[in-house]
Amino acid sequence: MSETTSTYTGFWKESPRSGILGWLLSTDHKRIGIMYLGCIVTMFLVGVCLGLAIRLELIAPGETIMGAQTYNATFTVHGVIMIFLFIIPSIPAAFGNLILPIQIGARDVSFPKLNLLSWYCYVVGAILAVFAIFSGGGAPDTGWTFYVPFSTQTTTNVNLALMAAFMLGFSSILTGINFVTTIHRLRAEGMGWGRLPLFVWTLYATAWIQVLATPMLGITLVIVMFERVFGAGLFDAARGGDPILYQHLFWIYSHPAVYIMILPGMGVISEVIPTFARKPLFGYWAMALSSLAIAFAGSLVWAHHMYASGMSDFSILVFSLLTFIVAIPSAIKIFNWVSTLYKGSIELAPPMLHALAFIFNFAIGGLGGLALGAAASDIHLHDTTFVVGHFHYTMFGGTGFAFFAALHYWLPKFTGRMYNHKWATIAWGILFVGFNVTYMSMQAVGIQGMPRRYYDYLPEFQPLNLVATVGSWVLAVGLLIMFVNLWQGMRNGRPVGKNPWGSATLEWDVPSPPPMENFGEEDPVVTKGPYEFKGVVADEY
Amino acid sequence: MSIEHRDDTGARFGMWLFLYTEVILFSGLFILYAVALMKYPEQYSQASHKLNIYFGSINTVVLLTSSLTVALAISAIQMKRIKQCLTLCWVTVALAIVFLINKYFEWSAEISHGIYPGSETLAEMGAGVTSFFNLYYFTAGLHGLHVFIGATLIAVVAIMTAKGKVTSERYTLLENSALYWHLVDLVWIFVFPLYYLIL
Repeated sequence: MSETTSTYTGFWKESPRSGILGWLLSTDHKRIGIMYLGCIVTMFLVGVCLGLAIRLELIAPGETIMGAQTYNATFTVHGVIMIFLFIIPSIPAAFGNLILPIQIGARDVSFPKLNLLSWYCYVVGAILAVFAIFSGGGAPDTGWTFYVPFSTQTTTNVNLALMAAFMLGFSSILTGINFVTTIHRLRAEGMGWGRLPLFVWTLYATAWIQVLATPMLGITLVIVMFERVFGAGLFDAARGGDPILYQHLFWIYSHPAVYIMILPGMGVISEVIPTFARKPLFGYWAMALSSLAIAFAGSLVWAHHMYASGMSDFSILVFSLLTFIVAIPSAIKIFNWVSTLYKGSIELAPPMLHALAFIFNFAIGGLGGLALGAAASDIHLHDTTFVVGHFHYTMFGGTGFAFFAALHYWLPKFTGRMYNHKWATIAWGILFVGFNVTYMSMQAVGIQGMPRRYYDYLPEFQPLNLVATVGSWVLAVGLLIMFVNLWQGMRNGRPVGKNPWGSATLEWDVPSPPPMENFGEEDPVVTKGPYEFKGVVADEY
Repeated sequence: MSIEHRDDTGARFGMWLFLYTEVILFSGLFILYAVALMKYPEQYSQASHKLNIYFGSINTVVLLTSSLTVALAISAIQMKRIKQCLTLCWVTVALAIVFLINKYFEWSAEISHGIYPGSETLAEMGAGVTSFFNLYYFTAGLHGLHVFIGATLIAVVAIMTAKGKVTSERYTLLENSALYWHLVDLVWIFVFPLYYLIL
């Protein structure tokens, strides 16, 4: 045992405090990142179990494993956990904390204590969310969108769930403020804006959205709580309020939030692809600025969620047009990744496989988004399982696979150990097949007209639902193999050197695992760009 | 082992970002106000006249003065006049308390007339009036909460100044608390005319 844990040096051992307090009170960005990662993966697994339960219920028409009320609660909690506790913090809070300071040559983030506070906000939010399931009038059944008037009237435990989302929003804001300030203030000497790795650029764009948009969710959720407690009626048409306004306020945050979810994933892909193609990223500035363009344009498209809620034709036209505009910077990214691969010396290592899956899945998800952004097709597709399929293609097929790519790419850096590549590849294959079977069937049955959020359906939807449920179990097997393999690798894998992949960014210049304060006595001086592979040699492992 | 790192500009930068999030937080309420005003212009005017303009005006003067005193406190600490700085901080806190007491009397009077969120008296006055008072209570309440937080912040900084932890070389904490206080003031500068004056 002593031999197997001996590679856990660096920040795993060095800390001003020893034991568990050395973690719970640590302001070291790497320790906070690891704590975030642990919580996020745990919440992801909870969300996966709920998702599997939903699919199992839908295997056949009628009640199979749960009744209507339980089903409503299950998809609500699945949504709340996956959105607020997994996918929003997944890459920014976990890998952003682990990687961002090292990539820009800093010893920590600008506000280390605030960073720890944001983790505690996350934990409180997580506890409240889990508590909401088991206490009060039962688990919330509103859907993760908390639409009024139902959310102000239902007797289930919506208040706690709202409070949880509010706390998680606060955590997200603190991370955003921290990252923007860190990127502005703590870049190492020579680390100009033109030398920032793309992952940092996307985190920068993400952090701005977190700061700009999240307070709007905060105030909206607080108003709903106010409604529930005082019965005021700010969203009640009979008392001078307006329920549609709730939807506007909610989506003013929640649409930009999907870019909080996807942009860091795009950043991961932009790191992985050049490394395993051994080629500089094609179109550096186009990639950097398209991240900002997505953040900006993405903030102006919220009402495309509401074509069926009652809006003037002119508004629909405007929001439809703006929605299409977001496709442009997204497409720039896809084309640039593919151009980077062109004539590259491609190595199909596990992170690369996940990155390629990302491009495939995200392209499908993105194009499905255009079908939903166009008013004519949206009226048909609105509130069908096509929307669910589309969302999972972008969020799970996109950000989820990017998260897996990040795990396979960066975990060896922080654990100092390499997982088994053969099993990682097998897991990837199963995941990829299971994923596409599940959600492609969901999209197809949605086009046939199956509404979402129903626990029962007409018999003609059965075949595709059966396929989707089978796919979900293939997916689960893939996830299981992947996590077991990563866990095994972290415990018993072969030790790796500084730079197992032959990457050119700064984090691969420090030991694996990195020491406290990352860079020893002297601050690093940056003399080359993030994708200049000349003279960079991969360490054997 | 840890290398001393201090970045005052960074700290102020972070504070400005945070203030920005506060502006967005309140802007949601201003959106609701704008939409409801479009819908019920007459009832809004009618409801606005039920508010007591004296309470509102006194509170405006109190808050503006407190913004001045906290700004002077920064000038004082820059000139190493710690004692003067402390006095000015405590005057600011006192003015914040005056504001809240004033608010308490104003709200008690309104509540005793049956005007509060969810009340039946309010429901009888019409949808527009109800909407006005719902928003009024929510906005002023959230602002009051900010007054409370801001005053607490300034009190904490004053104690730290007295203990020598905030000094003439190191006063970013005081500056940031003052920035927060100015935001509280700024929000009120929009709330006061919208609810008490222009209708």
